[in-house]
Amino acid sequence: MAEKTSKPSSFQEVILRLQSYWASHGCAMMQPYDMEVGAGTFHPATTLRSLGSKPWAAAYVQPSRRPTDGRYGENPNRLQHYYQYQVLIKPSPPNLQDLYLGSLEAIGIDMALHDIRFVEDDWESPTLGAWGLGWEVWCDGMEVSQFTYFQQVGGHDCHPVSGELTYGLERLAMYVLGIDHVMDMPFNDPGAPIALSYGDVFRQTEQEYSRWNFDVANTDVLFKQFEEAEAECEAILSQPETDPKTGQRIIMAHPAYDQCIKASHLFNLLDARGVISVTERQAYIGRVRALARKCADAFVQTEAGGHVA
Amino acid sequence: MPDLLIELFSEEIPARMQAKAAQDFKARMTDGLVEAGLTYAGAQAFSTPRRLTLALDGLLAESPTVTEERKGPRVDAPDKAIEGFLRGAGVSRDDLEVRDDKKGQVYFAKITKPGRPADAIVAEVLEDVVRHFPWPKSMRWGAGSLRWVRPLHSILCILTDDAAEARVVDLEIDGIRAGDTTEGHRFMGGGRFAVTSFEDYQAKLKRDHVILDPQERADHIWQDATSQAFASGLEVVEDKGLLSEVAGLVEWPVVLMGEIDEEFLGLPAEVLQTSMKEHQKFFSVKNPKTGRIERFVTVANIETADHGATILAGNQKVLSARLSDAKFFWENDLRIAQQGMDAWIAQLDNVTFERQLGTQAARIRRIGALASDLAGEVGADAALTAQAARVAKADLSSEMVYEFPELQGLMGRYYAQAAGMPDAVAAACEEHYRPLGPSDQVPTAPVSVAVALADKLDTLTGFWAIDEKPTGSKDPFALRRAALGVIRIIVDGGYRLKLDRYIDAQLLRHKISLNHARASEGEIDTMEEILDEVAERGVFGAAFHAVVDRVRGRDGAPDTEEGSLLRTVGKRVPDLSTDLLAFFHDRLKIYLRDQGIRHDVIDACLMLDGGDDLSLIVSRARALEDILQTEDGENLVQGFKRANNILSQAEEKDGVEYSFGADRKYAEAPEEKELFDVLDKAEAEIAAANAKEDFAGAMEAMAGMRGAIDAFFEAVQVNTDNQVVRRNRLNLLGKIRDICLQAADLTKLEG
Repeated sequence: MAEKTSKPSSFQEVILRLQSYWASHGCAMMQPYDMEVGAGTFHPATTLRSLGSKPWAAAYVQPSRRPTDGRYGENPNRLQHYYQYQVLIKPSPPNLQDLYLGSLEAIGIDMALHDIRFVEDDWESPTLGAWGLGWEVWCDGMEVSQFTYFQQVGGHDCHPVSGELTYGLERLAMYVLGIDHVMDMPFNDPGAPIALSYGDVFRQTEQEYSRWNFDVANTDVLFKQFEEAEAECEAILSQPETDPKTGQRIIMAHPAYDQCIKASHLFNLLDARGVISVTERQAYIGRVRALARKCADAFVQTEAGGHVA
Repeated sequence: MPDLLIELFSEEIPARMQAKAAQDFKARMTDGLVEAGLTYAGAQAFSTPRRLTLALDGLLAESPTVTEERKGPRVDAPDKAIEGFLRGAGVSRDDLEVRDDKKGQVYFAKITKPGRPADAIVAEVLEDVVRHFPWPKSMRWGAGSLRWVRPLHSILCILTDDAAEARVVDLEIDGIRAGDTTEGHRFMGGGRFAVTSFEDYQAKLKRDHVILDPQERADHIWQDATSQAFASGLEVVEDKGLLSEVAGLVEWPVVLMGEIDEEFLGLPAEVLQTSMKEHQKFFSVKNPKTGRIERFVTVANIETADHGATILAGNQKVLSARLSDAKFFWENDLRIAQQGMDAWIAQLDNVTFERQLGTQAARIRRIGALASDLAGEVGADAALTAQAARVAKADLSSEMVYEFPELQGLMGRYYAQAAGMPDAVAAACEEHYRPLGPSDQVPTAPVSVAVALADKLDTLTGFWAIDEKPTGSKDPFALRRAALGVIRIIVDGGYRLKLDRYIDAQLLRHKISLNHARASEGEIDTMEEILDEVAERGVFGAAFHAVVDRVRGRDGAPDTEEGSLLRTVGKRVPDLSTDLLAFFHDRLKIYLRDQGIRHDVIDACLMLDGGDDLSLIVSRARALEDILQTEDGENLVQGFKRANNILSQAEEKDGVEYSFGADRKYAEAPEEKELFDVLDKAEAEIAAANAKEDFAGAMEAMAGMRGAIDAFFEAVQVNTDNQVVRRNRLNLLGKIRDICLQAADLTKLEG
């Protein structure tokens, strides 16, 4: 067991400790993807990089949006915008569980005092056409992470298999810091000259987005944008492999995948507006999945996807 | 004789898979070893969250030498044939023996398969078992290709001989080399250690805080939980499924009892229990005096310096957050319930039950109509039944059921009570879903029975109407369960009702709503009129024709010609109805087969009374089954079959049906005359018994003909040259067939 570490004092310290822990264990410190996504898994550093044969190790914070979870900043732990910490290592190392437990110690969870459990929870993303086996990790009965061995992404078998760790940062930090309401959590050092709470940073935005998500977002526009993103994704992928200008083989897997991400988020917004019926829901999910599949097909034809010319 | 110990050590195995995995491991290993000639004295298998373990004692040290003799070609056979035989048998020509055979001199080879050491066999069998293990779901990890339930880390495989010397079995699977070491508890263990025998292994595991035997862990949890509860004057709510699941989540169970915050104690016990079990895997602890759930028991996997205080505090916090949600739902729901649940019922207008079958609200209206039709049949009050059907599914709109779908019905009962509705209505909210499975009770309160039957029949007729019947293993709407539910409610309750008309009526209701968009007003009105007429006449066909004839003369009458919507519906409903009834018959056979009644016995009784009075079919089948156990019954069937065979052959040959009634005056032999008397008597008795629904009496009367029939066949030749006598005798056999058919259709019996 590693040496006992002191407790962090703020939300950002939890993040910083995870960053430095995973950096010290060889992960490339990626930055958040610059698009609206529902979860850290959507970052191309996970979705696309889990495909193909090339080794990969990355960790990053990903701001994530779940419009239906908006509660105007009033619920103690439900937010429409929150942060996930994501680690992806391919191939999954044999000591991944130990590495993960080390990260909990790094943020001040004492393994001798807490009850850590790996409880079956198989992960599936119908929109990404992805699934894996693993657990939700419990700390004293609370789910603090999702731990998954990817088996399939975008309809492709994962070979080698990636190990994915996803930490719900707000919930985990609240537990470590002993905070009951997310808005009360210190965001920076509580002793700083300008001490900010999570509420100082995000209460107003939660209200604004909750109102927009639930009642204002123009659904006609969103439907149109969904169609456009879908069409653009397909159009990108239907281009010839060889770029007529440079004469090089350039498959545009990433730009196409951006459109897939867009379509997925637009679907989430439409869902929050309550304009998608139960039966339509499946059809929309199927459409996004079809895009994800095509992007995966394209990515494995690229160099980063393990393609050898 | 050596003992064998194997441990497959992996990352956390899902609790629900452990018990079966241990069984499979034992069965597959022992089968493989025995097949290879290695027998053993005893076998035990165990599982923990991180390991599958198998201990065999008294294993043979090597498989026995087996000698086999193989017959070869004749000595004068071509060389090629002889060489081929030598190659196949793996012997040389000198080893062959020549013996005399019927066909001349023949070569014989004696093949000796030497025994093999246990090590080699164990290694082979274990590799095969690991590579083909029947996990419900398995995975790959890292860069390897081996599949296991979660990453497999190490294999311990040792043979311990009589001198207590242990040796590792030489074995490697996908880079994992078998050894003699393992490790204990993830947090309380002291690193890897070597073991020399099963006893040594089990003791060292315990030292390193792992209880190997899941039963021992479960017992420990239960004893500790009950004694902690007892000490506080409370008792743990028993839940065997939860106990075995929790025993599969820990290697070193530490039982902790915590308090439920006072503010949540007003929640219904089932809500507390469900929330704690589903989300937290907690046991509920109740106060036996009040029946209230006041505390919880959680099982940790670690002993801590603060005796679990931190763990308990954390769990309590999570529970409070969960129960705050539940309480919020409950209080919101109660407000709406107290206003009569109308808001919920209105909401169901926006909830789709199934794309084609429409909304939940439409479904509830249809169920209400059918439940009212059925109320009289099952002795239910009409007004209460209508009220119950209206509110029975209102709780689907409640927040609590949205959160915990498994509480549907039960919440409906609470909310109906809160709304001040009569007990029979509140009970029906919960009971109309029953039976939920083959072992669940059927509803018996009349209002609940009416709504339960209507609910299930509406589902069945609906999916029949849109042609979504179960096929093979696919039954996404649980239609088989619904049909079995109808059968059990009717048969167990002894209800006498002819299902056909209700199926017809409900199919028609579905047809009306399915065609609502495209049908004209006149067509809809006419179908509604047919519905009323079915209620009146009880027969769809007659009702349909009566109404069609009636409306034809009216002004603006809808199209009733061939190919019109009304005609199509008029044809389709009876077809679907027949098909659905056949589905009921199939389910009935499976249901009765489990009660020891043969399927052909049921076939013999199915269509006697129209086939839609299930209680009647079952009574008749039971009576037939009983009579077939008697000597008379058994012989009668033989006699009947003989009569029927002769008759069928003659009818086929002559191209006529011999059912004109035989004439006594052509009877020649006394046995023939006797048979006339016996048949007349039996016919009267069967008719009388049938009229009283005394099927045992009917069967007995039928079996009573056996002596006369046997004597007749003994003494009389049916196919004589005298055509008049022959025809008369055939008609006499026809009479046997007709009379038996009044009691049961014996042609359906097998064997």
